[in-house]
Amino acid sequence: MATKFTAKPDELSKLDYKPPKKGWMDNPVEFKENTFCWGAKGKNLKIIDFPNARDWSPAEEDWKLPENWQEIVLEGIKERLSKYRSLRLFMDICVRCGACADKCHFFIGSGDPKNMPVLRAELLRSIYRRYFTASGKMLGKIAGARELTIDVLKELWYYYYQCTECRRCSVFCPYGIDQAEITMMGRELLNLLGLNIDWIAGPVANCYMKGNHLGLEPHTIKNGIEFFLDDIETVTGIKIKPTFNRKGAEILFVTPSGDLFADPGTYTCMGYLMLFHELGLDYTWSTYASEGGNFGFFTSNEMAKRLNAKIYAEAKRLGVKWIIGGECGHMWRVVHQYMDTWNGPADFLEEPVSPITGTKFENAKSTKMVHIAEFTADLIKNGKLKLDPSRNDHLKVTWHDSCNTARGMGILEEPRYVLRNVCNHFYEMPEETIRERTFCCGSGTGLNASENMELRMRGGFARANAVKYVRDRYGVNMLANICAIDRATLKALMEYWAPDVQVAGLHELVANALVMKGEKERTQDLRLEPLPGKEAKE
Amino acid sequence: MRLNSLLADKKASILGKWFDIIIESYPPDTSNFLKNQGSRFANPIGSTISQGIEDIFDELLRGPNPLQAEGKTSQFLDNIVRIRAVQDFTPSQALSFIFPLKRIIREELTVEIAGSRFSDEILAFESAIDNLALSAFDIYIKCREQIYEIKANESKSMTFRLLQMANLINDNNGHGPDSKENNNLKIKRGEVKK
Amino acid sequence: MRILFSFFAVIALALIAYAGVKIANLQFLFGVVIPYIAIAIFILGFIYRVLKWGSSPVPFRIPTTCGQQESLSWIKQNKIENPSSASGVVIRMALEVLLFRSLFRNLKTQLKEGKLVYGEAKWLWLAGLAFHWSFLIIFVRHFRFFLQNTPSFIKTIEGLDSFLQVGVPLLYMTDIVLLGAVTYLFLRRVFIPQVNYISLAADYFPLFLILGIASSGVVMRYFYKVHIVGVKELAMGLVTLSPVIPQGVGVMFYIHLFLICTLLAYFPLSKLMHMGGVFLSPTRNMANNSRRARHINPWNYPVHIHTYEEYENDFREKMKKAGIPVEKE
Repeated sequence: MATKFTAKPDELSKLDYKPPKKGWMDNPVEFKENTFCWGAKGKNLKIIDFPNARDWSPAEEDWKLPENWQEIVLEGIKERLSKYRSLRLFMDICVRCGACADKCHFFIGSGDPKNMPVLRAELLRSIYRRYFTASGKMLGKIAGARELTIDVLKELWYYYYQCTECRRCSVFCPYGIDQAEITMMGRELLNLLGLNIDWIAGPVANCYMKGNHLGLEPHTIKNGIEFFLDDIETVTGIKIKPTFNRKGAEILFVTPSGDLFADPGTYTCMGYLMLFHELGLDYTWSTYASEGGNFGFFTSNEMAKRLNAKIYAEAKRLGVKWIIGGECGHMWRVVHQYMDTWNGPADFLEEPVSPITGTKFENAKSTKMVHIAEFTADLIKNGKLKLDPSRNDHLKVTWHDSCNTARGMGILEEPRYVLRNVCNHFYEMPEETIRERTFCCGSGTGLNASENMELRMRGGFARANAVKYVRDRYGVNMLANICAIDRATLKALMEYWAPDVQVAGLHELVANALVMKGEKERTQDLRLEPLPGKEAKE
Repeated sequence: MRLNSLLADKKASILGKWFDIIIESYPPDTSNFLKNQGSRFANPIGSTISQGIEDIFDELLRGPNPLQAEGKTSQFLDNIVRIRAVQDFTPSQALSFIFPLKRIIREELTVEIAGSRFSDEILAFESAIDNLALSAFDIYIKCREQIYEIKANESKSMTFRLLQMANLINDNNGHGPDSKENNNLKIKRGEVKK
Repeated sequence: MRILFSFFAVIALALIAYAGVKIANLQFLFGVVIPYIAIAIFILGFIYRVLKWGSSPVPFRIPTTCGQQESLSWIKQNKIENPSSASGVVIRMALEVLLFRSLFRNLKTQLKEGKLVYGEAKWLWLAGLAFHWSFLIIFVRHFRFFLQNTPSFIKTIEGLDSFLQVGVPLLYMTDIVLLGAVTYLFLRRVFIPQVNYISLAADYFPLFLILGIASSGVVMRYFYKVHIVGVKELAMGLVTLSPVIPQGVGVMFYIHLFLICTLLAYFPLSKLMHMGGVFLSPTRNMANNSRRARHINPWNYPVHIHTYEEYENDFREKMKKAGIPVEKE
């Protein structure tokens, strides 16, 4: 079923390649290699008790579905219509004005019309109309309705795993119709049939059993962090001793596990360690709640809740007062808009107050979890950090707003304030590509696998193109952000589209600039690369 | 050289046709978007292609003179080929955008080149276009290789870090993966610790 | 196909009205019975749809934030694009409903080859706004038919609407604007390939229907006059629930009326319900204060999680060896 790079001899010379001009409903999807992810393995679905756990491949004809799969999907739609006003509304009120059409990074980068958000939504709407509306039942195709066939299901799968739930379309929609919400529902339905991708299902199973996406066991987490401590000592001469699963600490710190193992997230992690040490913060890491990110969120509401529950549970067990969350995109969408609703009320915690500045984080007084950029911005504003931004002088930095924190939270100025204080060269990308209009990295929502690399490069092209612009114009060589998936995937994206631009988390830059008590003269940055102008004298 | 000045006069119309032909290789529902959306940020593909072919054409007109010009042309080609290398095209489709330039030029200059007045110059110009196609092929392969390299590096560096965390790799003398970056990392670490 | 189907459907509707009145003399059916049925369908249908939406809860607080959040006191919040209070939400919704704020976001002037270029998106916003506002004004103007004495505000609106003082009877600007806007909205569906690709018959039909209603209205007012006193008599009869069929009202009126009835009856079945839906959209009508105040999900249910106890049982020895504290030695 999957097509490889082959063309018939008579097609070779043909440039005017055009697909047949047919309506979109009559164009079944063609699975093209390098654009889709592998199917979820049976063992991973079994761990979390998901239905139809078996090994399968999207490229094969037979998806090994249960006999009554249509019934399951239709029942699933019915249930979700009654549970989510958003779904019912978004199925009904779209007028297909087309304002969202060219706002999607996948459409911009691929030109595939089914990547227009409105059409991606219509894939599900057409089924909704056929089975749940009077006009669709009576008029069929004229009313935009169609039967739920196996081809339709496959199309739904293909395109709902080509949406990163970035919400950019929702910003431009006159009714606020949010494709992210529709994709979430669509993926829930697909999961009823065991149709997840393994890049999501694997991390979910790991996170469920071991507390983090990578399946790092407790001693491994400790080892990994100790490894960073050695590097920190090399750079600063300071020996840091963080604690793990310590009862009675004031603060629990939770960050995406990507920061523990994937460069350049690891440097961000060193940044947290150095900052907290310098402050003398009474905090602890947890190996049980060792994941801020939540791939369950890309699976189903229930799965997301099951994974997220560990954070409050651990905070309660350890008896901390409140929680700080590290740099992550979808983690913060979850923490900000879902966590309290799912697993609250967190009445066993106290309203967060910075022990260093005394600032009350009023905006987090119910959820009791503070974003580290809010925390650090407050420190800097109150003059609690000694900073030497010239240590970042070899960097020309631009700022990538992550989709979830921009459009599902609105943390825009805090990181910029921090950035301006820790580096001297900061250049914004063009207005239409940042803040609420920011472009996705193209690999969010669990699409950061390797097998779909072409799709990722396409999806991230709009982002990379704007980076390239500031690189060529200002000589930008560092793309800073507050998202673990960004740190993992923008690196590959830059390698392809804008070589010589590196990627860093905010707190890596903070720690580079942070002047610590008793540190030795710094000659290296956290990457153990020599600091220009401050090289060690032999 | 008279051919070049003729071509320079017709530049706008040649580029217009060339652009349209390239854009038509995309699905019809998309091509209009690629053609008409103006901003280089809202429509990076369309603007990269239109800028790219103009730069290439200018370089062709300037002739095969200095060495650096060649480097420039391939940079311009790179911008376009790099995009087409990750879209749903077969390799031949991805590169087929170059050859129509020959046809367009012959169409545009039907009258002027009648009676083979410029046949030598035309021949030379067309071989320059052929060379363009060959460089484009190199670039295309490089892009594809890069994709696979990025893929491989991602999983390598992940494995490397995980093994490291599990204390399975001794930092100073272990054998990490071959990826450039990790080797550097190791070397640096080795130096630092000795 | 999608276009032709919709076009002929509207033509057929007009012909039905024509035949019904002119040939079969069914004035009572078209002037009284059908309007009552249509209004009933509209009102009940509208209420039903809104209640149906309302019956599904909003489990999560999911506003789409389009500006700086409320956080530290010294960071300036964008109180409208990212509201954290009810008043902010009200302003955000008002801008959305009255001025189509989000569509306006598309407005992008660009410098292209030294010239300012306005994207198509701006025209969509402008045409959308022109269409909806002129429709509303025309709707309000029609109240003079349903009220014994025309209230002064309607006269003011009429005065403003015809201030150009052109033609006899005076030309209403909204008539022109409405026809122009609807035509534009139709043409962009035909000629912009992406929009054409996504358009359904259900998108063309209401456009043709509204075009038919507006044209028949314009024809009646300016060219093929109908017996206006009769029309008012009929309208008054309908609202006072004592319907009468006056003699000599032209057939064009019945066509106009029948198309309106079709629109009313079709309304609750269709995407036109966005009129009600826009107010309910959870990405727009909620405050972004989910960390400050807990949002309640009415169907929140307990889920199975892998507890700390189970976790420690899995790894106790390894944890102890690594010096990580455990609950049970």
